[in-house]
Amino acid sequence: MLMETVARWFLDLYETTGINLTIVYDAYDRQRFLSGLGMTIYLAVVCILISIAIGAVGAWAQGSPLRVVRGLVNGFVVIFRNTPPLVQIFFFYFGLGQILPRIEDADGMRVPILTNVQWAIVSLSLFAGAFNVEIFRSGLEAVPRTTTEAAQALGYTRLGVYRHVLLPLALRICLPALNNNLVNLLKTTTLAYAIAVPETLYVSKQIWTDSQNVPVMMIVLLIVYTLLVGILVFIMHRWEKALAIPGYGQGSGR
Amino acid sequence: MAALSPPEDFGWTPDQPLIRLVDVRKSFGAIEVLKGVSLDVAKGEAICIIGPSGSGKSTLIRCINALVPIDSGTIRVEGQEVNDPDLDKLALRRKVGMVFQQYNLFPHRTALDNIMMAPLHVLKQDRREVEARARALMAKVRLAGKEKAYPGELSGGQQQRVAIARALAMRPDVMLFDEVTAALDPETVKEVLLTIRELAEEGMTCILVTHEMGFAREVADHIYFTDAGVIVEHGPPASFFDDPRDPRTQAFLGQIL
Ligand SMILES: Nc1ncnc2c1ncn2[C@@H]1O[C@H](COP(=O)(O)OP(=O)(O)OP(=O)(O)O)[C@@H](O)[C@H]1O
Ligand SMILES: [Mg+2]
Repeated sequence: MLMETVARWFLDLYETTGINLTIVYDAYDRQRFLSGLGMTIYLAVVCILISIAIGAVGAWAQGSPLRVVRGLVNGFVVIFRNTPPLVQIFFFYFGLGQILPRIEDADGMRVPILTNVQWAIVSLSLFAGAFNVEIFRSGLEAVPRTTTEAAQALGYTRLGVYRHVLLPLALRICLPALNNNLVNLLKTTTLAYAIAVPETLYVSKQIWTDSQNVPVMMIVLLIVYTLLVGILVFIMHRWEKALAIPGYGQGSGR
Repeated sequence: MAALSPPEDFGWTPDQPLIRLVDVRKSFGAIEVLKGVSLDVAKGEAICIIGPSGSGKSTLIRCINALVPIDSGTIRVEGQEVNDPDLDKLALRRKVGMVFQQYNLFPHRTALDNIMMAPLHVLKQDRREVEARARALMAKVRLAGKEKAYPGELSGGQQQRVAIARALAMRPDVMLFDEVTAALDPETVKEVLLTIRELAEEGMTCILVTHEMGFAREVADHIYFTDAGVIVEHGPPASFFDDPRDPRTQAFLGQIL
């Protein structure tokens, strides 16, 4: 009932002003748009989690006593930091995706190992992960060497020191920088458009092609991303607050 | 309740020195910081190491728990050879507690958590038993009621006593103290020294680097004086302070006292 009233109102809006919000009054466009929004949120959440894990593990491996390991991590960081993310996505989807053998699906069809959505996740996570490695490392470097020694003197192994002492402290130090990078990652999910991942930008393009309402959809996109980033920043700030330590760093505002 | 096997037996018996250093040498780059240091510490003994800044005191005690690897010589802790490429560091470090000049508490955990962390994470002991022990240690260092405080909410002297309790929670056989009162103001120095003195009186084996000569005289069974990487002179406090033989010791004590 309510839906119908709202839909009618927006249809009137179109007829009187020319502001054509098909995504509100047209059930098909609405469904397309919402599924695109859902895909954007899915990409963002999954890539944020994986990229944080890459950052934490990569920064640990950077402190490895083995030269080979350190070299590999540094190489990874340089490649993914110094190349455009769109080129990375194309590299994975068109480059690697072509070379890798195909597998048989349930119906006996030869299909690629990873779908375009999965390649987007791999690519975007590695892209943001490379930056996260650097961000975590800057946090680790800010933890006094003597704190590590105290943990070693208590018998902690290298991994134990990292897990229980270094990482929790480094995370608190680098949260503002991490925050920035994750905002960037959320916005970069639009590049998945280029390999036909049906995320918000991609479905918006379909909608404006069908409905000839380009300017309206552009404004919708700006508003949607502003809100999505706003929500992410809000969550990050809540996290920052939850991690604040009384008497330490920003938590010591007494 | 310890989940780990009991510490390995290295054929050590209590009549042997708990810690034995023989001709320990250590260089940082071209600078030789320890030039052949030998000393024995018996079980239950408290020794003090004094000497001018840069003479290698910190390096010396940091070698004992393998925070600093040595170049040559031997260090044995309850018979376990520290200068062994296959050293079981955990076995060594659960026997050797260490307290630092800058306290070095873990700022993201409460005082009680600081004490409980290593027994839980490293020794994998039972949480309830560890917590009971940690609370008893808080009381022992006169900090009952501060369990939930974070290090940043404690004074320097209080933090240092938490650091002592944290080391004791591992039930070490020997405690290393590296100028643990040097960063404190004179009032709080007393609380910390009192805690250490009680420990020594209870029979904890202690190796103390200190500039507190009065304290060294009262607490130590034996004093070692280091200068430029060697032990110049050592002896019981009475003869060491009242009748120093070496001119370098005399000059140092003349400046300080
Ligand atoms: N990790 C290191 N790398 C290079 N040089 C070092 C290192 N640690 C100590 N040294 C040098 O070794 C010498 C002895 O240092 P150490 O800290 O053992 O002296 P100390 O007797 O404890 O002095 P203080 O009373 O000032 O604490 C100093 O010259 C110091 O600069
Ligand atoms: Mg020192």
